[in-house]
Amino acid sequence: MLGKLTWSAIPFDQPIPLVAAALVGLVLLGVIAWVAIAGWLPYLWREWITSVDHKRIGVMYVLLGLVMLIRGFSDAILMRSHQALAYNAPGYLPPEHYDQIFSAHGTIMIFFGAMPFMIGLMNFVVPLQLGVRDVAFPTLNSVSFWLTATGALLVNVSLVVGEFARTGWWPSPPLSETTYSPGVGVDYYLWAIQISGIGTLMSGVNLVTTILKMRAPGMSYLRMPMFCWTALASNLLIIAAFPILTATLAMLTLDRYLGFHFFTDEAGGNSMLFMNLFWAWGHPEVYILALPAYGIFSEVISTFSGKPLFAYRSMVWATLAICLLSFTVWLHHFFTMGPGGDVNGVFGITSMIIAVPTGVKIFDWMFTMYGGRVRFTTPMLWSVAFLVTFVVGGATGVLLAIPPADFVLHNSLFLVAHFHNVIVSAVVFAAFAGYTYWFPKAFGFTLDEWWGKAAFWFSLIGYVWVFTPLYVVGLMGMTRRLQHFSVAEWYPWIVAASLGVIVMVVGVVCQVVQLVVSIRRREQLRDVTGDPWDGRSLEWATASPPPSFNFAVMPHVEGEEAYWAIKQRAREQARLREEPDYEPVEMPLNSPTGVVCAFFATLVGFAMIWYIWWLAALGLAGAFATFVVFAWRDRVEYEIPADAVARINRLNRASRLEALQQARRKEAA
Amino acid sequence: MTAAATLPPRRRTRVPAASLRIAAVVIPGLVLSGCQMSLLNAKGPVGADEANILVVASIIMLAIIVPTMIVTLVFAWWFRASNPRAHYRPDWAFSGKIELVVWSVPFLTIVFLGGIAWIGAHRLDPAVPLESDKPPLRVQVVSLDWKWLFIYPEQQVASVNELVVPVGTPVQFILTSSSVWNSFFVPRLGSMIYTMRGMTSQLNLMGDQEATLHGLSTHFSGDGFPHMQFPARVVPDGAFTDWIQRAKGGPPLDTAAYGELAKQSVVDMPVTYGSVEPDLFRRIVDQTIPKGPGPGREGDNGAPPNVKPKGGS
Amino acid sequence: MSDSAAIPGALPGVVPIRRDPNHLGHHARGEGETRATGRGIGGPSPKRIVVGYGFWIFLLSDIVMFAAFFAAYAVLRGGTAGGPGPAELFDYTNVAIETVLLLFSSFACGIASLALDARRALVFQAAMAVTFLLGAGFLALELREFADLIARDAGPTRSAFLSAFFTVVGCHGLHVTVGLLWLLTMMAQVFAKGFREDILRRVMCFSLFWHALDIVWVAVFTVVYLMGSAA
Repeated sequence: MLGKLTWSAIPFDQPIPLVAAALVGLVLLGVIAWVAIAGWLPYLWREWITSVDHKRIGVMYVLLGLVMLIRGFSDAILMRSHQALAYNAPGYLPPEHYDQIFSAHGTIMIFFGAMPFMIGLMNFVVPLQLGVRDVAFPTLNSVSFWLTATGALLVNVSLVVGEFARTGWWPSPPLSETTYSPGVGVDYYLWAIQISGIGTLMSGVNLVTTILKMRAPGMSYLRMPMFCWTALASNLLIIAAFPILTATLAMLTLDRYLGFHFFTDEAGGNSMLFMNLFWAWGHPEVYILALPAYGIFSEVISTFSGKPLFAYRSMVWATLAICLLSFTVWLHHFFTMGPGGDVNGVFGITSMIIAVPTGVKIFDWMFTMYGGRVRFTTPMLWSVAFLVTFVVGGATGVLLAIPPADFVLHNSLFLVAHFHNVIVSAVVFAAFAGYTYWFPKAFGFTLDEWWGKAAFWFSLIGYVWVFTPLYVVGLMGMTRRLQHFSVAEWYPWIVAASLGVIVMVVGVVCQVVQLVVSIRRREQLRDVTGDPWDGRSLEWATASPPPSFNFAVMPHVEGEEAYWAIKQRAREQARLREEPDYEPVEMPLNSPTGVVCAFFATLVGFAMIWYIWWLAALGLAGAFATFVVFAWRDRVEYEIPADAVARINRLNRASRLEALQQARRKEAA
Repeated sequence: MTAAATLPPRRRTRVPAASLRIAAVVIPGLVLSGCQMSLLNAKGPVGADEANILVVASIIMLAIIVPTMIVTLVFAWWFRASNPRAHYRPDWAFSGKIELVVWSVPFLTIVFLGGIAWIGAHRLDPAVPLESDKPPLRVQVVSLDWKWLFIYPEQQVASVNELVVPVGTPVQFILTSSSVWNSFFVPRLGSMIYTMRGMTSQLNLMGDQEATLHGLSTHFSGDGFPHMQFPARVVPDGAFTDWIQRAKGGPPLDTAAYGELAKQSVVDMPVTYGSVEPDLFRRIVDQTIPKGPGPGREGDNGAPPNVKPKGGS
Repeated sequence: MSDSAAIPGALPGVVPIRRDPNHLGHHARGEGETRATGRGIGGPSPKRIVVGYGFWIFLLSDIVMFAAFFAAYAVLRGGTAGGPGPAELFDYTNVAIETVLLLFSSFACGIASLALDARRALVFQAAMAVTFLLGAGFLALELREFADLIARDAGPTRSAFLSAFFTVVGCHGLHVTVGLLWLLTMMAQVFAKGFREDILRRVMCFSLFWHALDIVWVAVFTVVYLMGSAA
C-alpha cells in the first residue's frame, strides 16, 4: 500500500535533521497559526496563493528564493564547520550525512535559491519594463511557480522522510545507479528537479513570448531596457537547455526504476553519455543564472550613475554572443576524461572565447560610471563589488579552461572557489542588488539603507574570507567533498575558511534584520512617487506598488530609455503629460489551478519516490482533472471600470506633480 | 580513449624562459609567504610544466584584471555624486574608440591564452608517453570501493593503497574502475585522470626527485571517498627492486582475492600481493569479473558496517 | 544631426556628444534612435498570435528534448551487448503502416481545423473522431511491436541499444497518448461550449501539437528505423 515507505524512513537516530526539521516545522506552524488567528488566510488565498498577477508571482518566487538561499546556506555552515573539525578526526557528521549535505547544498542553491530568485525578478520586472499589463500566460505563470515550490518542498521533505542524494548535486552514474545508490535519495533529486524543471520551462516559454510578442507600442527591440534583453537571452537558454536536463534525468530514472541501460556501464550503457548530456544543460544553466544578473547590474549601474548604459548596443551583442556560445563549452567540465589533445584544445578555446563578451560587459559597466554622478546606495555597492570580485572569478575560469591547468585543478577546492566566486559575485550579488532596487516598486517603501549596507559589507568580507583560502588549498591539491582529511598543510586554510563563514552569517542576519526593520519603519521609508531612485525605464513610470493593471494607459514609447525621456520633458516643462483618456481594463481572473496542480504534482513526486503507484496514478488523474476544470471556466477575465482606473492613476499623478514642484522649488532656492 | 602506444613520444623542452621560472618561484612566494603550494612545487616534469602554465596564465590575467579592479574603484569613487570636481556627462553613452579597445583587449588575451591552451592540450595530453632513455614502467590502476589497486604487470606484483615508482623512470598508467568513477591524482606529479568501469584511460607521469607524495581520488565515489588517499613513493631504482622483492612474499591476487577487495571497505595500511593472476586487469576491464557489488540492496540506507568515519587513513 | 543641438534647454556643463555612426549606444535623453526597429512596435500582439507563438516555442523545447533522446540513441546504437541489433528486430511493414496511420491522422486533423474555421460542428467532430481512431491505431501497432519485442527477449533491459530504442519510440508514443487525451477533451469542449474564442485557440494549439508529432515521427522513422538498421 505504501510502497517502500515505512517508519524506518524517518532518521530517528540522527538528531541534526530531526531537530532542524522540527524547528522549521514549528516556525511554519507558528506562522500558519498566526496568519489563521489574524484572519489573513482568505486574504492570502485570494490575493497571493491563487493570484495570476505577474508581480505577486514574482514576489513569491523571490521569497522562495530567499528562504531557500538561507536553507542552502545552513548546509554550507554545516559543511565548513564540519570540515574544520575533521582534520585527523571524524568531525560531527557521519559520511552518509555529510554526503547528503553537500548534495543538497548544490541542488538547493542552484535550483531553488538562485533560479527562483532570478525568475522572480524577471517575472516582476519584465512586463513593467515593457510597459504591458501582464505576462503572456498569467495562469501558466502561477502553475510554473507552484511547480517550482513543489520541487523545493520535496527536497526538504527528504530531510525527515528518507534521505537525499549522496552523489553530489549532479548525480553522475554509475554512482547514482541503483547498484551504488539503492536508497531513495537520488529519486528525491530526480523527481524534485523534474517537477520544478517543468515549471522553469513553462516560465521560460512564458517570458520569451512576453518579450517577443507583448511590448508597449513603440517598444522596439533596440529600445528595450538591458534587463529585458538579458531576460530574453536567459529564457531562450531555458527553452533550449532545460529539455536536455529533462531527457537526461528521465533516462537516469528509467535506469533506476525499470532497469534500462543508458548509463550503467554494462550491457552497452555508457556513463560518459550522462556527463555530456548533463553539462550540455549545465553550462548554459550557468548563463541562465548569470545573464539576468548582468541585466540587473546594467539597470542598477546606469540608474545610480545617472547616465545611460554605456555602449548599449555593444552590450546587446555581447549578451546574444554569450547566449549562443554557452552551448559550445560543456566539455570543459571533463577534460580529465582523457578525450585527447584535439578535443580538449578546441573546447578549451571555446570556453575562453565566452570570456570575451563577458569582458566587454565589465568594461562597458566601468565606462557607464565614467562621467556619472555615482550614488552609493546598497544596490550600487553590490554592483561595484560585483565588478571588482567577478573579474577574479572570470580569470580563474579562463585559467581552468586551459586543459593542462585543469588537469591539476579539476574537482579541487580551487574549482569550488572559482565557481562560487562567479556565481556568488554575479548571481547572489545581483539578486540582492535587484531585491533592494525593486523592493520599493513591489511594496511602496524602500529598504533600510543602514542595515542594507551592513549586510553588504559583512557578506562581502565573509565571502572573500571564505573563498580565498579555498583557492589556496585547492592549489595545494585538496579535492572537494572530503568528509575528513589528514594533510596538515590544508588544515589552517580550512579553519580560516570556516571563520569567514561566521562573518557571512552576520551578513545574512543583517539582511533579515533589514527586512524586519524596514517593514516596521515603512511609513518613514514610504515612496509615494513610484520613482525613488530617479530611474530610467518604464517600471518607474507607474505607482509603487503598481496597480494590478500596471499602467492606466499603455505607455507609448518614443525612444530609448522610455521613462527618462518622459521625465526630462516633465522637468523642463514643469508639468506632467496630459491626462490620458481612461478606458476600462480587462484583467485575468485569479485561479487556484497552479496551487491545486502543484498539490497533485507533490503527490505524484512523493508517490514515485516511494513506489506508491496508486497514489501516483491518482495524482496524475487529479492534475489532468484540474486542467479540464480550468478549461471549462466560462468567465476568464474581469473588468476594472474606467473611473476606477482614473482614480488610481490620479492619486499617483498628484504625488508625482508634488514631487516635481518640490524639485523645482529646491532648484530655484 | 586514444591508444597511447601509437602516439609519438612527447618532446620535453622547458619552453618558458628563466624569467618565468623566477616568477614561478616569486609569485607564490608573494601570495603565500612560506607556504608550500604543492601544485606549484612539482616533483616531476609533467607537474612542472603544468605549474609553469598555471603561473604564466595567471600573470597574463593578473596584468589585465588588477588594472580593471583598480580603475573600477577609481571611476566609482571619483565620480561619486558628492565630488564637485568630477565632470558630469549625463549623455555620454558611447565611444567608438573605447569600444574598439574594450573588444580587442579580451579578444587578444584570449588569442594568446588560447594558443597556450591548444599547445598545452597536445603537449601535456595524459595519453602521450614521456620521452626518456629508460623504458617506461607499466602500472595498471584499478579504483575500488574505496581503495586503489596498483598492479605491476611486468613485476607480477600488486599493492593496495601504496604506489611505489622508481625515480627518473617514466610511468605508464593504464586505469580502470571496478565500480563507480574515480579520478587518479598525485598532485605533485601532475595530471589527474578519470577511472571508469569497462573502459581504460591512459596517464603518463614521471617522478624526478625522491619523495613520498600524497595521492588521492578527486572524483566523489561514495561514503568511503575520503579514504581513497594513498602515499605515492618515488624511490631510487635499488629501493624499488627491494620493494618488489619484499612484495613477492605477499599472498597471491587471484579472482577470489580481488572479489573480496571489490567489496565496499576501507584499507588503512597498504597491502601487497606477491603474484597476480594473469589477465586479471583485462578481465576487470572487459567485465568478465563481476563489478564492485556496492552497498547491497535497498533498505540499506546507512553506510556499510565496515566504513567508519574517522580521521586519517 | 547634432545631438546637442537637438536638446532644447540642455543642462549647463553638459558636454556635447558626437555622432554615433556605428550605433553603439544610447543617445541624449534616449531620443537618438528615431527608427523603431524590430517587430511588435504596434504594441502587444492579439491573443491568438501570442498563444500560437508561445505554443510554438513550447514545441521547439519539446523537439530539443527529443533531440537529446536521439543523441542518446545515436551513441548507444552499437551497444547491443551481444543481443539482437536493429536489422534483426525491426519490422518495416509495421513501421510503414504506423507511418501511414499517423500521416492520415494529421490530414484528418487538418480537416478538423478547416471545419472549425467554417464553424461546422458536425464535420469537426467527425474529423476529430477519425483523427482519434487513426492515432489510436498507431498506438496499438506500436504497443504490439513493443509487446512482440519483449516476448522475443528484446525488451528495454536487454541492452543499451534497446533501452534507447524503447525510450525514443516510447516517448513519441507517450506524446501521442497525451495528444489523444487532449483531442477527446477538445471534442468535449467544442461539444459543450461551442466555438468560443479560447476554445478555438486551444484547438489550434492541439493541431500544432499533432502535426509536430508527425514531424518528430519522421525523425524517429529516419534516425531510429532507417539509419538504425543501416549501421
